[in-house]
Amino acid sequence: MTQKLSNAQIAWRAAQDIEDGAYVNLGIGFPEMVARFQPEGREAIFHTENGVLGFGRAPEPGQEDWDLINAGKKAITLKPGTAFFHHADSFAMVRGGHLDVAILGAYQVAETGDLANWSTGPKGVPAVGGAMDLVHGAKRVAVITDHVTKKGQPKLVEACTFPLTGVGCVTRVYTSLAVVDVVDGRFVLREKLPAISMEELQAVTGATLHVEGEVGDLICPEELADA
Amino acid sequence: MDKRLSSLTEAVADIQDGATVMIGGFGGSGAPIELIHALIDRFLETGSPKGLTVINNNAGNGHVGIAAMIEQGMVKKMICSFPRSADPTVFTERYLAGEIELELVPQGTLAERIRAGGAGIPGFFTPTSVGTDLAEGKPVQQFDGRDYVMERWLKADHALIKAEQGDALGNLTYRMAARNFSPLMATAAEKVVVQVTKAVEPGEIDPEVIVTPGIFVDAIIEVANPAQEEELNRAGAHHP
Repeated sequence: MTQKLSNAQIAWRAAQDIEDGAYVNLGIGFPEMVARFQPEGREAIFHTENGVLGFGRAPEPGQEDWDLINAGKKAITLKPGTAFFHHADSFAMVRGGHLDVAILGAYQVAETGDLANWSTGPKGVPAVGGAMDLVHGAKRVAVITDHVTKKGQPKLVEACTFPLTGVGCVTRVYTSLAVVDVVDGRFVLREKLPAISMEELQAVTGATLHVEGEVGDLICPEELADA
Repeated sequence: MDKRLSSLTEAVADIQDGATVMIGGFGGSGAPIELIHALIDRFLETGSPKGLTVINNNAGNGHVGIAAMIEQGMVKKMICSFPRSADPTVFTERYLAGEIELELVPQGTLAERIRAGGAGIPGFFTPTSVGTDLAEGKPVQQFDGRDYVMERWLKADHALIKAEQGDALGNLTYRMAARNFSPLMATAAEKVVVQVTKAVEPGEIDPEVIVTPGIFVDAIIEVANPAQEEELNRAGAHHP
């Protein structure tokens, strides 16, 4: 593979699909980066599981108030319109279908929309947090991920081999090579890097990529290539 | 009626060996550090309470709060969603050595189980965990064509929580994201003890902003300028 998107570019691409006024939950870690790339003129309202809606950016170092954190236990800030609530209300927002978008990381996504992102097996200490809740309820459940693992194994597969987070829950995957939708148990390719051929892309994908209509060019800002 | 206590020692005096204890907080925000440390001090003096089941989102961080309870050997079992943290060494070592049990519960299910416990609802159905390892052995039922897992309520003998203001009747407000599980836990335990940063007279809290009504609270103890767990950990603190 000669070329792939940086994490910042993947996050940027995912951010382009977030509508003005959308209620959005970003998973811990890499997905949090999506918040940096809200398109001009649009404002998403971010939800975090531990009970804050409509929070602001990270504070300057030294300005943290550790009673004001996100689900990743990172410091956040207030902004006009921030709301606090307890955990049961927070997950009513999640399971009750009130979020427009959840953007999560993944170990594997299956063509059925199954997601594995909480455990790589029985070793170590298991931890799930809100992952299994978040995959149910948001109107769109999107994944951002490298197209393959560090060892080059496909992350888009026919069936997950890692323990599942949820069944049939993912609607779109933004990878380092392509944008893929899950439609009726199939991966449908929407966009791919112009420099990669269909054959090359299929070769690093663990399930058939279907084409319905035009496949767009996946083009992201160059200045994010090294970010 | 006056639910105000005069000492932390008194606040944690009746937690028995083998009790189930809900402890408020999400990571360091909302952790009732002074109540937890008073309980640890009692254990170090008297050898009790031990064999505790602790319910919290996490399983301790560093060497203070819940991590310190585990480190002293007071905890038999953790019920939590995410037993990882910046420094989870204490729990991790005991878990991998088979010295502490873990019941892993998805975060929203944990919250709803506690809410159900407090609301007198013995079970409920949720889409969370359907088709995953965490649904194993649990009844699944279809509603309107979709599968849901049955989960049971969660109750406790005691709850230890931290609030911002509390009046003599036990009415509480919280501080920002430190609220998290605490209003739920206040409803789901037999005996609810709250450390409040500011104790006030009835009438001093606007009824419109009370989050936990006093009916759920048994006792409050004022701890002005409470320690914040994250700040303690960043300073490398240990208890004792």
